Amino acid sequence: MLGFALRRLVQALIVMLAVALIAFSMFRFVGDPVNQMVGLETSIESREALRESLGLNDPLPVQFARFIGNAVQFDFGTSYQFRQPVADLFAKRIPATLELSFTSALFALIAGIPMGIYAGLNRESWLSKLFLSVSLIGISLPTFFIGILLIFLFSVTLQWLPSFGRGDVVEIGSWWTTGFLTVSGLKALILPSITLGLYQMTLIMRLIRAEMLEVIRTDYIKFARARGLSNRVIYLRHALKNTLIPVITITGLQLGSIIAFATITETVFQWPGMGLLFLQAVQNVDIPVMAAYLILTAFLFVSINFIVDILYFLIDPRLRVKQA
Amino acid sequence: MSVLSIDNLTVSFPGRKSTFTAVEGVSLTLEAGKILGVVGESGAGKSTVGNAVIGLLQEPGRIAAGEIRLDGERIDQMPEASLRKLRGKRIGMIFQDPLTSLDPLQTIEAQLVETIRVHLPLSPAQARQRALELLKAVGIPGAEERLSQYPHQFSGGMRQRVVIALALCAEPELIIADEPTTALDVSIQAQILELLRKLCRERSVAMMVITHDMGVIAELTDQVAVMYRGKLVEHGPTAQVLGHPSHAYTKSLISAVPRPDVRVERFPSVSYIEEAAAPSSTIDLSTHWLGKTRNFASAGGPLLSLSGLSMRFETKSSVFPSRRRYFDAVKSVSFDIMEGETFGLVGESGSGKSTIARLITGLYHPTGGSIRFAGQELTALKERSQILAMRRQMQMIFQDPFSSLNARMRVRSIVAEPIKFHRLASSNAEVQQIVGDLLDHVGLGAAAGDKFPHEFSGGQRQRISIARALATRPRFLVCDEPTSALDVSIQAQILNLLKDLQEELGLTMLFISHDLAVIRQMCNRVAVMRNGELCELADCERLFTSPEHPYTRQLLTLMPSMELLAASPQG
Repeated sequence: MLGFALRRLVQALIVMLAVALIAFSMFRFVGDPVNQMVGLETSIESREALRESLGLNDPLPVQFARFIGNAVQFDFGTSYQFRQPVADLFAKRIPATLELSFTSALFALIAGIPMGIYAGLNRESWLSKLFLSVSLIGISLPTFFIGILLIFLFSVTLQWLPSFGRGDVVEIGSWWTTGFLTVSGLKALILPSITLGLYQMTLIMRLIRAEMLEVIRTDYIKFARARGLSNRVIYLRHALKNTLIPVITITGLQLGSIIAFATITETVFQWPGMGLLFLQAVQNVDIPVMAAYLILTAFLFVSINFIVDILYFLIDPRLRVKQA
Repeated sequence: MSVLSIDNLTVSFPGRKSTFTAVEGVSLTLEAGKILGVVGESGAGKSTVGNAVIGLLQEPGRIAAGEIRLDGERIDQMPEASLRKLRGKRIGMIFQDPLTSLDPLQTIEAQLVETIRVHLPLSPAQARQRALELLKAVGIPGAEERLSQYPHQFSGGMRQRVVIALALCAEPELIIADEPTTALDVSIQAQILELLRKLCRERSVAMMVITHDMGVIAELTDQVAVMYRGKLVEHGPTAQVLGHPSHAYTKSLISAVPRPDVRVERFPSVSYIEEAAAPSSTIDLSTHWLGKTRNFASAGGPLLSLSGLSMRFETKSSVFPSRRRYFDAVKSVSFDIMEGETFGLVGESGSGKSTIARLITGLYHPTGGSIRFAGQELTALKERSQILAMRRQMQMIFQDPFSSLNARMRVRSIVAEPIKFHRLASSNAEVQQIVGDLLDHVGLGAAAGDKFPHEFSGGQRQRISIARALATRPRFLVCDEPTSALDVSIQAQILNLLKDLQEELGLTMLFISHDLAVIRQMCNRVAVMRNGELCELADCERLFTSPEHPYTRQLLTLMPSMELLAASPQG
């Protein structure tokens, strides 16, 4: 177990280094960083001085090492457009994105798993067919369209929920702000999290359904029936646990992509999160922000994958033996 | 009063267009402490009878007529809730495959305790105690430690014991065992049969054993019921039915069973199930395509010669050589196969016999030793053209006729592929002509080429595999358990076909099987393998009449005795 975790950790580090290299080359080679920072009238001498003080004349490996050293301390330099440290910008935005992603993931799981179980066990019922039809919409409609549709329905026509922003937020500690504690914050969360989570929900539902259909045909479920166990025990104790392994894989990956792809939802709902920041950075060629976003997203993906791998171990005893 | 009585049972599966009747008018009775065998080939409806009794018919099957009584109480019309109380408590069930019958994610203890507590009013600690006693009763050593283990930590035979323990949880009056030993090795099979018999006598449980294996029937049962296409054709004491079968189907079924005690030149064909036609024309090798380039340069000596062949797999990889773990699947095996003979390779699972087949055909590269084919060292071949030429001369027939054919290709293309690949025919028209001939020759008829594999039965698919293997004009055929997935009457036909082809085309064959009876019918010489080593190599008849190695002797004694069976018409 420990050896396995260590090996995975080393692999994760290698991935992070590779991503850091891409981010670094973006920073270093897409345009001249000095040109981005100074005005047109700056003299060549002061440009050189800046270049020297930024360490841009050092050998590349030294620069890369410095870049990584800084990145570990979450120092990605200064944003070109805001003239503020990138770290501060992100610190302000991260809570918004994480809260949104967390809520949509929760929504996807809480709605998707029971629907999937139901649809898997009652294949012929009209409710399962309804679930499947709805899920088809969730899979085929693009996120921004669903968002606009929801805004039109609930904000414009019915005027129940706000169409943009986070509502009122409460500060916790020095840098975390939360919308969970105010009514307007919670109301503002509903539409974006449904928009963001709908696709994941349908995916989880369809996956659980397919796995359920597969598992209830297996011999051990037949044997469990022949042992006289009740349906509830058979489905929840034996069948569900066996469907979870692929579900965890997909859910883990999807959680990563929820965070990464919050960009579109954040744009539609003007949600003050990292995605919106990233989009602005792309429009203004704000390389340090883009590099930081890249590294942060990669870090999230890698950590989620790591957690998923560990979860496998806890669920499936067969893996424990093979790897130990 | 009988524990189980089935009266005029009819089970039907209503379909969209028509209703399929899987079981029709079957009547059986079973007394406490007795074992009833239900025997038949696939599709005979024998498993459906068992499922109907325990109330687990597959959708949309239903009992259309008849009565099932357990201790006089009618159970076929019981509502699901009361039926569930019956399952496990009064009727236990044992399935075929112990590897898949247990939930892989739960410990043995969890599964036993859960079953015990559903049926008996015991506390968790008492249930655990009972679970321990059950494990001891089914002969699992070290029950205390094994209780907390997961199914994958048990071997196949041990898992089947756990399954039996689970079936015994609440002391049922009736146990239904559906092919309880089919997935097991012969030595494990003997142990499990022994255990079932013992439990049945000691606890005076009535047992219904569903199987296709005449050996199991002869070994285990007091009474036997023979089923054919949903109907009961014969029913009576085992000795009488097997020894003096009265129904024509039973007679032909028994005559198709390969006998370990006698060797027959040909299996009598079972007139009841004939799924292939005789070839419409014989092939004259001197003029036909199949005969071209048959005059291989005969180097004299053996055609295939293995010496010191070994194969080692890495089971645990590590950067440090000292921490790597290996498994030696084949340990320095040497034998020769003469031109034109059928060489048998027999052993239990894990003995390395299939690995040898893969080494010879080049699917694996050996760790050590040499393979010489027609005087040429195969392991030293480097050039692709040479390797291909060698491959063309050797072909393989696999065990599973369902997964060894590409389901998306027409049979014609499947058989034509090797001909085209090795460029053995000059024109497309010639290829089609050859494919037609081959299909006709394996008994399918040239018209079969337009169909897809799924339109054929298991035996017919195995014929397609044989046609495909012949399509490269091979000299040497490796048959890896070619009939172990087939019904006995189909097996007899396929074995006959292989014999005929060998005679006609002068093929040399390596015949791999776990079934000693089949080996005896097919082979000239036999090698017995165990744990990757060669135990004994002898002429087939000598091996069966005077085995030398203790393991061979053990294997021979473990074979279910067929003495009860009626003398084969040709025997």
